[in-house]
Amino acid sequence: MKYLCLIYDDEKQWVKFPKEVQDQYMGDYGAFTESIKKSGQYVGANQLQPSDTATIVRSRNGKVSTTDGPFVETKEQLGGYYLIEAKDLNDAIQVASRIPSARSGSIEVRPVVERPA
Amino acid sequence: MQEDIAARVRDRVDAIYRSDSRRVLATLIRLLGDFDLAEEALQDAFATAVEQWVEKGIPENPRTWLISTGRFKAIDRLRKSARFESVGGSALERLEAAETPELDEDGVEDDRLRLIFTCCHPALSADAQIALTLREVCGLTTEEVAHAFLTPPPTLAQRIVRAKGKIRDARIPYEIPSRSDLPSRLDSVLHVIYLVFNEGYLTSSGASLTRADLSGEAIRLGRLLVELLPEPEAMGLLALMILHEARRPSRTTASGEMVLLEDQDRSLWNRAQIDEGVELVERALGSHRFGPYTLQAAIAAVHAEAVNPAATDWTQIVGLYDVLLRADPSPVIELNRAAAIAMRDGPEAGLSRIDAILARGDLTEYHLAHAARGDLCRRLGRVEDAIGAYSRALELASQEPERRFIARRLEELRLTSPR
Repeated sequence: MKYLCLIYDDEKQWVKFPKEVQDQYMGDYGAFTESIKKSGQYVGANQLQPSDTATIVRSRNGKVSTTDGPFVETKEQLGGYYLIEAKDLNDAIQVASRIPSARSGSIEVRPVVERPA
Repeated sequence: MQEDIAARVRDRVDAIYRSDSRRVLATLIRLLGDFDLAEEALQDAFATAVEQWVEKGIPENPRTWLISTGRFKAIDRLRKSARFESVGGSALERLEAAETPELDEDGVEDDRLRLIFTCCHPALSADAQIALTLREVCGLTTEEVAHAFLTPPPTLAQRIVRAKGKIRDARIPYEIPSRSDLPSRLDSVLHVIYLVFNEGYLTSSGASLTRADLSGEAIRLGRLLVELLPEPEAMGLLALMILHEARRPSRTTASGEMVLLEDQDRSLWNRAQIDEGVELVERALGSHRFGPYTLQAAIAAVHAEAVNPAATDWTQIVGLYDVLLRADPSPVIELNRAAAIAMRDGPEAGLSRIDAILARGDLTEYHLAHAARGDLCRRLGRVEDAIGAYSRALELASQEPERRFIARRLEELRLTSPR
């Protein structure tokens, strides 16, 4: 079964980190990604540009409106995701707990709806 | 004659339902992989038992008979629904492909643990864990759980439906946690049991101070857990609950007024429960793997063993609070420790510690911190300070018997006040 692990972290904090700390983080991410590729749990992953690059799009009665996002100011912002394959929720929690940002921010684990092909 | 047999069978089925329906359910959930399907299968199995046992006699092993009958009934149901709609197809294929399961005694007991750990999974909200545990593990009806928690039944039913939906859709596994996950997962189970107990023992608001049914249910759960998984902290929690329960008859007067520990009639305490609690505490302490529940139980045991308030071993109680504070640092435990120090070394020593906690900004909204402060000021003869502290406690207290108790203290103090 697939789970989407959404990574939330304080992006303002991130830019304040010295370069060594950022490098260390990226190194940890690289090692983590490698480990779940090896275990066959990796399906996909991406890091996102900071939330001030976001645009909110709505279409109402054929009229498209775009606004500067995100809608609400929160302490932690969505910064990236992993899509993983896991046996069950406990297995997915185990993987999510090893994502480097779990130590500073939080990971939201969402099961993916499965439909017969 | 025939009617006699029918009545006897019905009685027997009722008795088996009371003693074994939760075991049968726990195993059916594993075999069928779905809570709702298992509950329907359980009802079907018992209904079939009433019909068939009258004619064919009571089977040698009724529990195994009920489990396999329930499983076949569930397969039947899935077949019927698969004919009309496409749902249930994959579950049906999986069930039909599986061999008829072997049902040994250990397996059935493991299923009960699986059920407990699944209902108390930390991915479910605390409210949902409690509702699901009381409903599925204890077998209370939705109405009973709703009544006990002063929640409208539809709200509670919705909570249970959502929790089952999350177990199914997020695929919370039906399993006993691995060794490495066990301590944290066990904490979550113990927490649910303790919340149920406290809800029965010290209802957070309302007119009645105790709701014995919930405490009794929590103790039954605690016993079951110790029987299935004799971990020290499970024993510690059971001991703590039993030792509190032993004092229940003396905690309130006939008119529902609160009685402080030092004023309780100790001849009303239940000796058999105290003995059982003390023995459990000793077993848990002997493991050297105990934690906060065992330490709290040990403190309760020291109180329970004192024949009168003056005989209380306060030195030992302060020592146990020291250990507890290291294991589980919290301002509430610090407050209790300060109260114990006051008993050992005099009110002044306790008061300075409580003032230090409040000065830090901790517990400033906690009524018992102000009540404890009021009591120590009263003992020191600082009447005005005592009135101030009790007044603050009264503003913050929400439970009627506690409010009445504090109000009585205030009245007594105002009578002695020079103004």
